[in-house]
Amino acid sequence: MRFGEQRPDWPEYLAGRANQTRNRKLADYFSTGSLSADMAIGEAPLVALDLETTGLDATRHDIVSIGVMPFTLERIRVSDGRYWVLSPRRALSDESVAFHHITHTEVAQAPDFAAIIDELLACLKGRLVVVHYRQLERSFIDAAVRERLGEGLLFPVIDTMSLEARIHRQSWWARLRRWAGRPVASIRLHESRLRYNLPAYTGHHALVDALATAELLQAQIARHYRWETPVGELWR
Amino acid sequence: MNVEQLDIRDHLARYAPFDSLPDALLDRIAEGIEVRYFQAGTDLLVKDQAVEELWYIRSGAVEMFQRSGRLFNRLGEGDVFGYSDLLRNRRVRYPVRALEDTLIYFIPAAIFDEVCEQDDDFAEFFDTGGRRLKATVEQHRDDSDMMSTRVRKLIDRPPEMVDVDTPLQTAAQRMRDTNATSLLVLDTAMEASARTFTDRDGHNRQLVGILTDRDFCARMAAGGLSPDVPVGEVMSRRVIVVQSDETVHEAMLSMLRNQVHHLPVLHRRQPIGVLHISDIVRYETPTSLFLVNNIFLQNDIDQLARLSGEVRTAFARMVADGANSEMVGRSLATIGRSFTHRLIELAEAELGPPPVPYCFMVLGSMARDEPTITADQDNALVLDDRFDPEQHDAYFAALAKFVSDGLAACRYPYCKGDVMATNPRWRQPLAVWKRYFTEWMDEPNPESLLHSSIFFDLAAVHGDEPLVEALQDLIAELAPKRPYFLAAMARNALGRTPPLGFFRTFVMEQDGKHRKSINLKRRGTAPLVDLVRVHALACGSKAQNTFARLDDIARTRLLADGVNDRLRYAFEFLSMVRIRHQAHDIEQGDEADNNVEPENIASRERHHLKDAFEVISHAQKFLGFRYPMPSKTKKAR
Repeated sequence: MRFGEQRPDWPEYLAGRANQTRNRKLADYFSTGSLSADMAIGEAPLVALDLETTGLDATRHDIVSIGVMPFTLERIRVSDGRYWVLSPRRALSDESVAFHHITHTEVAQAPDFAAIIDELLACLKGRLVVVHYRQLERSFIDAAVRERLGEGLLFPVIDTMSLEARIHRQSWWARLRRWAGRPVASIRLHESRLRYNLPAYTGHHALVDALATAELLQAQIARHYRWETPVGELWR
Repeated sequence: MNVEQLDIRDHLARYAPFDSLPDALLDRIAEGIEVRYFQAGTDLLVKDQAVEELWYIRSGAVEMFQRSGRLFNRLGEGDVFGYSDLLRNRRVRYPVRALEDTLIYFIPAAIFDEVCEQDDDFAEFFDTGGRRLKATVEQHRDDSDMMSTRVRKLIDRPPEMVDVDTPLQTAAQRMRDTNATSLLVLDTAMEASARTFTDRDGHNRQLVGILTDRDFCARMAAGGLSPDVPVGEVMSRRVIVVQSDETVHEAMLSMLRNQVHHLPVLHRRQPIGVLHISDIVRYETPTSLFLVNNIFLQNDIDQLARLSGEVRTAFARMVADGANSEMVGRSLATIGRSFTHRLIELAEAELGPPPVPYCFMVLGSMARDEPTITADQDNALVLDDRFDPEQHDAYFAALAKFVSDGLAACRYPYCKGDVMATNPRWRQPLAVWKRYFTEWMDEPNPESLLHSSIFFDLAAVHGDEPLVEALQDLIAELAPKRPYFLAAMARNALGRTPPLGFFRTFVMEQDGKHRKSINLKRRGTAPLVDLVRVHALACGSKAQNTFARLDDIARTRLLADGVNDRLRYAFEFLSMVRIRHQAHDIEQGDEADNNVEPENIASRERHHLKDAFEVISHAQKFLGFRYPMPSKTKKAR
């Protein structure tokens, strides 16, 4: 499956996988819950997901930590959040050590992704995943699961970054600004949050960023969409 | 669970009543937090809705309304609401609406009850409700709250931490980039022990040293340090720490006893911040925020008048703490407007609701957000056009008198030029005000120009704000198209000149009383404010504050490159000299004024003062050139 401009028919894909998968864990994941495109976002069970990785390329780099935060538009219960530090298969580069403040010795003691798959799937199951910048999260989870279970894991996601891009980069006003040589609005997580008066958090911690993403989605829906907006208009 | 990483606990710990909770209970609350975002204008609590949680404002602001629909209270970051109904197990009495985009933390009722059960002070806080602020302010005056406030309340950022093997140069860069005056040095421990803590990634770490900016200077001065030396070899291994739930008083004693200026603060064994001696000094300052809250708790003029002494103390402390002129101006303006606002509420309580809508506006320095402690009152009433003098004026005359007398009692003297809402001429419906402003701009005459420096700085304080906005819109629309008015204003702005020969020839004010002094308002800040106003009017700016006007002017090509920055610098400097001088007067027990004696100006300041006066002088010359008087025929428009 390719992720170009085409939006896949997610319910069909998920149902197909539920029937075809040979893996018990994945079968359980795919057959739980019914994410339908016309479900209102205000009703949808959601889960914010954030990864810290050793680089940007899922074929060459690994996941260092994962934060997940189940939530709804109504509430984020912080005690439901989960966080894991993982041991990457490939050596941690010095840049990513500096970036995440996670050191070589720390990572050496951490478990492999395989050890947390069950817990992770339990958190994601039946919930619509929310990320900031889907290409990264999607490709890394897919690759990591494929490596351990022999099959990939894809699911629909709401990408708060592309929602922000729709609003700030693709509107006629944004185009006009660009044409006039004005700076383009930043759609990074931190800068996006500031536009909604959300507080500044110290970044680069997967659980903090998962919470930050959940809050950002609540803010985006409040300002630009409605609770009745069907998830099919938002997911990718 | 990793809830500790989420910044929630640290935020709660900075605000009452969470600041005085023991760690275990604070953790209990932090772990149970639920979060939701609300857009500005959203109703948060609707009347008669069931209340199931305590609401805590993480960011943003909300408004609470009385049954009558009138504004009852405004709450901001760190404030809580919903508790009075929650405690009494009843439905919402006071509806609440988001004033800004707001992020709320919910504390579920079960946890709230549990903590109230276990901590009497916490329960007490919610029982006494509004009266607490007053008590806190009173407590603030003696030192007793240093005895009860916990150290963690003073921590507002996480510590900067480095590994023992970090090269000295990297450490120095980190300090520079983060503006930190100290670095905590950590080592990785193989096993957990009584001295290690677990970091956010689950690893055992140990605080082994501290490196301060003073260490750097001292050890660099001793010579021979290579930038590649690991910090572990340079740091001080003597680390005096304080636990986050110890009191500020204990921390201060520990600093004095151990002769250190930096005190790492630990939550159990984990460093959560570094306390600097200046944090403690600063903490002892009564802030303007306290005052503003207190103003709204007073129920008559006598009570309000008693607060005016505190305004002076707060002002002097603010200056001593190194606030800049914008911060001082904004704080004093907020305080002045709060007095006015509260007086209007009290007047309405006495006189009943207004017969027609109105807006109470302030003029001059208060509207510009830059009053000093000597500011007098300049105000006016803009009334709805349904105003009928026969029927309604008695009400507004009484309201104006109440507010004006009240302000005078609170040490905002009556305006010498009678620009006050008590003057019937300045208590008029919108249509009349529009006519005034239009006439002033179409046909400026010496008398109207006299008013211009007051009336063209205007801001709503209370009531129907669109009435004042309509006037601001009118000015912004007409002024740029009235060259004759701009020229007259420009000429007027040249009336007061800076004393260029100040230090050489001692050009002093000739009013007898201050013969050997210079009036920094009349000869410094006022001419600058006047000339900035002319440019602001010319470019259709609706800003009132001088810095904000300069921002607007900077977007045009009215001024040559660099002039804007020089004006800004001159204004900041002159304002600060004036403000510091007034703070000095107050500390000496004198009445503050604007007259500065040359001998009271440090020699290094004289140089800057001369520069500032020269900037004004140049800008004045340009003003006459930029806005020339049009020929008579053009005037008739």
